[in-house]
Amino acid sequence: MTAPPLDTRSSVRAHAAIRTERGPGGRTRLETLRSDPPLTLRQTGPDVVHLVSTAAGPLGGDRLVLDVAVAPGTTLEVRSIASTLVLPGPCAADSVMLVTARVGAGASLRFVPEPTVLAAGCSHRVAVRLSLARDAAVFWREEIVFGRHGERPGRCRSRFDAVVDGTPLLRQELVVGEPAMDGSPAVYGTARCVGSTLVTGYGAFPAMHNHGDGPPRGEHAQAGAPESAPRRAVLGDGCAVLPLAGPGVLVSALADDAVQLRERLQWGEALAAP
Amino acid sequence: MDAALLLLADSRLPAGGHAHSGGVEEAVRVGAVTGPDDLARFLRGRLATAGLVAAALAAAACELGSSVIDAAAPARRRPADLASESTGGGPERTGGPPEPIALWRRLDAEADARTSSPAQREAARTQGRLLVRTARRIWPSPVLETLAGAVPEGAHHPIALGAAAAAAGCDPGQAALAATYSSVTGPATAAVRLLGLDPVTVHRLLADLAPSLDETARAAHTAARPERGAADPESRWTPHPDGEGTADPDLADPGFAGDAWWAALPAAAAPALDLLAENHLKAGTRLFVS
Repeated sequence: MTAPPLDTRSSVRAHAAIRTERGPGGRTRLETLRSDPPLTLRQTGPDVVHLVSTAAGPLGGDRLVLDVAVAPGTTLEVRSIASTLVLPGPCAADSVMLVTARVGAGASLRFVPEPTVLAAGCSHRVAVRLSLARDAAVFWREEIVFGRHGERPGRCRSRFDAVVDGTPLLRQELVVGEPAMDGSPAVYGTARCVGSTLVTGYGAFPAMHNHGDGPPRGEHAQAGAPESAPRRAVLGDGCAVLPLAGPGVLVSALADDAVQLRERLQWGEALAAP
Repeated sequence: MDAALLLLADSRLPAGGHAHSGGVEEAVRVGAVTGPDDLARFLRGRLATAGLVAAALAAAACELGSSVIDAAAPARRRPADLASESTGGGPERTGGPPEPIALWRRLDAEADARTSSPAQREAARTQGRLLVRTARRIWPSPVLETLAGAVPEGAHHPIALGAAAAAAGCDPGQAALAATYSSVTGPATAAVRLLGLDPVTVHRLLADLAPSLDETARAAHTAARPERGAADPESRWTPHPDGEGTADPDLADPGFAGDAWWAALPAAAAPALDLLAENHLKAGTRLFVS
């Protein structure tokens, strides 16, 4: 087990932003692309932005904020160059990463960064606040790796809130590094990674519908939910494709390593978003 | 109302709770729980996730139910008033059904958003429906009538539990405790039957968990207090980026600004429980419904 690298910089605050707008001919244009190191953004395609970390971390005490706004009718894909290694810092405070995203009517957002790796001793908090118009299409993947190879992870609370037209769609918090959670067969079992992908929007359901086991049971379809929305989960090895009560599907997976986690999520994503 | 709390939490309450194992049956089938040690870890993790969330929802439901019962006492500022103010700002939210029916539905939607597994939602609604049906006869109250009308297909069990607690005269802290208690005692009893464990050994596990039951219920109750979310945004579960309280308009989000305390209630997820619940539905011979 290696000690975290010494870093003498004081904690940082950064506030980066991406905003799209409809350009001529209805094409997506990046209206705002504001980097704020260590959150550095690079446009790598007409509507693709890569997040490039230009410093180690985040480290304890850092507060990083990324605001994403996808205007109605536009598309955006956000990726990252490499996985994020969360480290303890010179001060005892948590490192914090807050991502807010607003996705307008008819807009589409793919948020598919590389995994977050929790190094030993880190204390990290993540909050994602996703606010969607009803017919927005979203594909949002989150992967957490419990420490580098052979390492016990630090602590992490990762809270995800998605709201569709003001109605809550998904609220979930993954807590890692707490004695009650670690090794519990009810929470992560023997897994070393956890991940999920939220998929919303039309076109998100057809492949799953073929797997449906008959008519809806118990639950009544919410107003505006697609008629074909399946109500039954589809199961794979260490992975479940879960139709939510609202208009969306959550792919949820546990795995032994990051490669297996990605494979499992992609299996489920292919069913949820063909 | 301590005695009422005991009656409400008693496994002999004829509300069908004994038919559910809370994931233990599937965990036993796949070999994830084989004896008392596994079971202890299972119960601790279940308490910290599903138990915490259920307790917060039950406390919020009890708070809402009690506010309806106390409607005759105008001096007290009720959560219902706060909620109708906070949700009344947006034009798309006005004109709906008046409180408290809209509030019960909204709280039930918060439970839905915290339950991504359809199998778990179905189990929660089945148990909630049976509990409301039973509690209406034991503790007749307009709260339970309203809830039954607001969510006819059956409210999520923690919502039903909180409403029943209010009807029985319990306070939100007691409702939270009943929820943490039932989040582990049902699965523990199921494990005794499924694995043929010594019931005394398993009750010893529960006794060891008792301080955590109290602590989790307290945390849940604190999170569910209306004044907390409204007046103390720094202490919400979600980190607040502006530590010094400098308001940043970029971060103001209409989906999170108003009904702060329900939106910010704990949402601890248990991916393994979700997988177990869904696998259990597909399993062949089953002793328990969930």
